[in-house]
Amino acid sequence: MVLALASVVALILLSIFVVIFFESRESISRYGLNFLITSAWNPVTDEYGAFTAIYGTLLTSFASLLIAVPLGVGTAIFITEDFVNKKIRNFISVMVELLAAIPSVVLGLWAIFILEPFLRPIFQLIHKFLGWIPFFSTSPIGPGIAPAIIILVVMILPIITSISKDSLNQVPQRLRQASYGIGATRWTTIFNVIIPAAISGITGGVLLALGRAMGETMAVTMIIGNSNSFSWSIFSPGYTISAMLANQFGEADGTQVSSLMYAALILMILSLLVNIFAQWAVKKLSLKY
Amino acid sequence: MGCKETKSKVLDMYNNHSLIVNPNSKRNLLEKIFTLLSIICAIVAIIPLMLVISFVLIKGGSYISLDLLILEPEPPGDDLLSAGGIGPAIVGTLIMSLIAAIISIPIGVGGGIFLSEFSKNGNFAKFIRFGTNVLAGVPSIIAGVFIYAIIVSTKIIFGSMFSAIAGGMALSILMLPTIIKTTDEGLKLVPDDLRKGALGVGASKFTMITNITLPIAFRSISTGVVLGIARAAGETAPLIFTALFSRYYITGLEDLFYEMSSLSVLIYNFALEPYEAQNQLAWSASFVLIIILLGMNILSRWITSSTTEKNF
Repeated sequence: MVLALASVVALILLSIFVVIFFESRESISRYGLNFLITSAWNPVTDEYGAFTAIYGTLLTSFASLLIAVPLGVGTAIFITEDFVNKKIRNFISVMVELLAAIPSVVLGLWAIFILEPFLRPIFQLIHKFLGWIPFFSTSPIGPGIAPAIIILVVMILPIITSISKDSLNQVPQRLRQASYGIGATRWTTIFNVIIPAAISGITGGVLLALGRAMGETMAVTMIIGNSNSFSWSIFSPGYTISAMLANQFGEADGTQVSSLMYAALILMILSLLVNIFAQWAVKKLSLKY
Repeated sequence: MGCKETKSKVLDMYNNHSLIVNPNSKRNLLEKIFTLLSIICAIVAIIPLMLVISFVLIKGGSYISLDLLILEPEPPGDDLLSAGGIGPAIVGTLIMSLIAAIISIPIGVGGGIFLSEFSKNGNFAKFIRFGTNVLAGVPSIIAGVFIYAIIVSTKIIFGSMFSAIAGGMALSILMLPTIIKTTDEGLKLVPDDLRKGALGVGASKFTMITNITLPIAFRSISTGVVLGIARAAGETAPLIFTALFSRYYITGLEDLFYEMSSLSVLIYNFALEPYEAQNQLAWSASFVLIIILLGMNILSRWITSSTTEKNF
């Protein structure tokens, strides 16, 4: 009986794959792997390619990791070291965890009306001085990839911080004392003893955050501008796979549905790979004391 | 070498300050810089929460009134006074979270019982634990796509397409992993002595689970359920093409088979409207949604903190 209930998990996971694959087979047989490298999206002529969306998904998720990892691990170190008294550290820890409880659609609303108008002058400054770099080559005029990256940072920060905090806390106290005992300073100890000992948990957290960033839908859809024309610049509007699904699924039919399913399949495979890799990394990297 | 020589050497070192901490040495400066960096990280990390909460409280809270909480939203237009309210959306969020809970609590608790009571470390249990973790990482929009494909487009439930039931089912996929995990972990914390004692006095395994282990793990399981419901109530992506949106209250059970609004979809739709009035409704809906979710989070923290393990 309970065996059957437990099997439901496996069944759901399996049927998600089967159903999405089944629904996308028309598009798969029609476009094959070309779907991954073309960026046409035209319901009138039935031409579909997901390159812009895949590029957007990978760019936004990796760029947000680049910012969120140092920020999150730094915060986790602050919470686990005794720089200030425990009350303040607990307060910060709870605050960061509450951030995870804010639904992404509310963050999207905030991003549209508060964050993006606030960031635009800063982006314009970057464009003015660094415009010769392809990534900053267009003038920021509103929703785009850059504000989407920032809102993703806000969304994945709690994951990285709380998981890093937990794994830093689990490092045995005697490792730290031994390090202090041979004359290491606090930060030498953190960099050479504490972080290496906690690296498996931190890596797992970072990979979970990557998976979350790839699949994140609402906040990104609301702020990324939803344009399928490809551009290198992070100030121009773009697309992610999940934003494309959220935008078009309701009104699509025929080959378009099948193509969207194909895109969903790619997203599913990406997040599955990241998740499996995360679980593997936690096992592989964990140090035995 | 006499004692005097050593003593004078030490005195010499002391007088040259080599034993006193030099705050300007490279080593100590680096220490300070890194400490400062981590303090900055911590401050930057809590800024977004402060800003989001305060804007939602100010912009959303300032228009909260009884009318807003119970009226139906009017069609989009630029009239702030007759924009209506968010009543149906509040009811819709509660109903669909409830549907999701009804589906996923039995499956989740049952699955968790299987994992910890029946097959502690078998290969199948390992596979299910792995599957639970993977399911937890499935993007929420995929749950929506999946339900769209098997429920909405096939019209399998009495010919209805977009419906509250479909929305609730999509949400239940997201709740399931949380409930399984917390049940599994809650049951693991129950001391084995109690199980052996129960079996020793002649209880069947079923009696042991229903009378001994489940009641003890009840609190941690309910924490998981509350967190799962909170996650589902805030989700938008699985609902935008399963439950869609509706401007009206439900009037009877048969309305569960039709489109239903929810706070999150209302925020999404109205945030993208060009009218000030609808944007304002979106802020107010965010206010209500955040109050509900924070309330649930505090509730779950309270349940956990009042659980402080009894001594057996």
